Amino acid sequence: MFDRDRWQEIFETIRKNKLRTVLSGFTVALGIYIFIILFGFGNGLKNTFREFFLDDANNVLFVYSGRTTLPYKGYKSGRNIRFDNSDSQEINASLEYFIEYYSPRIFSSGIVSYKSESNNYSIRSVGPDHQFIEKTIIMYGRYINEQDIANKEKYAVIGRLVAIDLFDSENVVGKYIDINGIAYKVIGVFQDSGGDNEERQIYTPYTTQQLLTKNTDKIDMFAVTFRKELGHAGAIAFENELKQLLKEKKFIAPRDPGGIYVQNLADQLKQNQQFASVLQTIVGIVGIGTLIAGIIGISNIMVFVVKERTKELGIRKAIGASPKNVIGMVLQESILITTISGYIGLFLGILTLSGIGESLEQYFIKNPYIDLNTGILATIALIVCGGIAGYIPAKRAASIKPIVALRDE
Amino acid sequence: MGKSSLHVLKGINIEIDEGELVAIMGSSGSGKSTLLNILGMLDVADKGYYSLDGIHIKNLNEKKAAQHRNDFLGFVFQSFNLISYKTALENVALPLYYKGMGRKERQKKAMEILDRVSLKPWAKHLPNELSGGQKQRVAIARALVSEPKVVLADEPTGALDSKTSFEVMELIKEINKEGKTILVVTHERDISQMCKRIIRLKDGEVSEDINLSNGSL
Repeated sequence: MFDRDRWQEIFETIRKNKLRTVLSGFTVALGIYIFIILFGFGNGLKNTFREFFLDDANNVLFVYSGRTTLPYKGYKSGRNIRFDNSDSQEINASLEYFIEYYSPRIFSSGIVSYKSESNNYSIRSVGPDHQFIEKTIIMYGRYINEQDIANKEKYAVIGRLVAIDLFDSENVVGKYIDINGIAYKVIGVFQDSGGDNEERQIYTPYTTQQLLTKNTDKIDMFAVTFRKELGHAGAIAFENELKQLLKEKKFIAPRDPGGIYVQNLADQLKQNQQFASVLQTIVGIVGIGTLIAGIIGISNIMVFVVKERTKELGIRKAIGASPKNVIGMVLQESILITTISGYIGLFLGILTLSGIGESLEQYFIKNPYIDLNTGILATIALIVCGGIAGYIPAKRAASIKPIVALRDE
Repeated sequence: MGKSSLHVLKGINIEIDEGELVAIMGSSGSGKSTLLNILGMLDVADKGYYSLDGIHIKNLNEKKAAQHRNDFLGFVFQSFNLISYKTALENVALPLYYKGMGRKERQKKAMEILDRVSLKPWAKHLPNELSGGQKQRVAIARALVSEPKVVLADEPTGALDSKTSFEVMELIKEINKEGKTILVVTHERDISQMCKRIIRLKDGEVSEDINLSNGSL
């Protein structure tokens, strides 16, 4: 193996048979390269997926009310359920253990104007916690606080695009806007990663909105986040307790599927995680598939190379090479070629992946990468398989009587 | 490597002494090449006794056969069988590599032998840059380089024109004069007439065994 003369013989053979060497080396390098690229893309896809679904706040429950479908305790079915402030108080009092943030929501829309500019915007009237539930980022000024709620202040926190639409500028804190004929003071401007639509929202204190709509205490819906450390099981328990509490309070039949609707992102979270693991499996299968294709390619080349050399090997045997010598030479040459070109492929693949970086993000491939161990393992697998693929025909060639090999003109 | 067996040689009893130059003749299918292959340990006989330089050649494994070939035998083929990507010098030096000789030494020795067959100026040429006669001379040099006891030549002139054939045979005769035992398989009368002894095969048996050396030497 470490015989200097053997290496010289091999290097000479390689140097004199450039086409053959380049061809088999190219197959190996390409096999590894494609494996690295595809595996990296798979990982990139996973990254994108994770960013889209798994990194968002996913401990949110949205609770809506609707019509009942069963009669209960003297109430007819088809009764419309509406939440009010007392529900908020009771939920916060009795489910305190679970709750992280809680905010009612009242939806409305209105013509909003500043001087000559005016436009129609949707308005969400919420509590202070809503900032954390929606992950609203304040750019200027501040969000609605407890004091605003208590004092039913006519304050508004407007989206960045609302400010640009109306004022042509972002920093408009302290200015007054007109919403449906009532003057509101802008106390903050926000941005949101949720897109343009989110940035065309206006937030006002929900108590203010209640005051303006005939001083009611009704709430359209509420959003509540549970403490993350509760996990999926805790989220389900929370959802059940919440439903039970509201159904009791609103006289809804315990088995009624209507009346209260809860959208629990915890279920979605679990689904997303399952989807991510399916994605991982697909990436794995793609990787193994490419690797097998590469191995088959190398095997073919090896069979071809040995076949091509049958006569040469016969000559070598006739002039005194032992079978072991012949096999050793063929094998050593093929392992040398596959190793070098395998690592070239590995290196180029990693280089390409790091070159791609963020540029394919619009195709949902973000930061494609391959972990180096996987790459090296794949390369070694290819080298070993190339060796085996070279060994079998080399052994056969070596066992053919020289006279038969030489007869093959 | 067919499955059906064919008895080619049916009983050959010959003895060849050291320093002989023997032509093995016969029409095609007479078994002359098979005989040469058995003598060259490239093929094995089903039955019989073969002794080379006092060593009984039987049941050799591949490794042993390769070793004996390297030690005792040099081959010259009809189609030269030079390795196409190696120069004349490298082709000649190759048997020495399998003998385990060092690189410098092999190069030196191969060059000497090439000089002996008058091909020193062509040492760095590839086989396809040489003429048929030159190729066969390289092949002869390769057969001689490991100093074998016996040189086996299978139709060494089969692919050459008559002028070149005679040149090659002259070379073979010269080498024989230096003491090498040489067996030449041929079907050409002229070629066989240049040897000292002619063994004629017919249907796998020796039909004639003529000694020509009495008159000429």
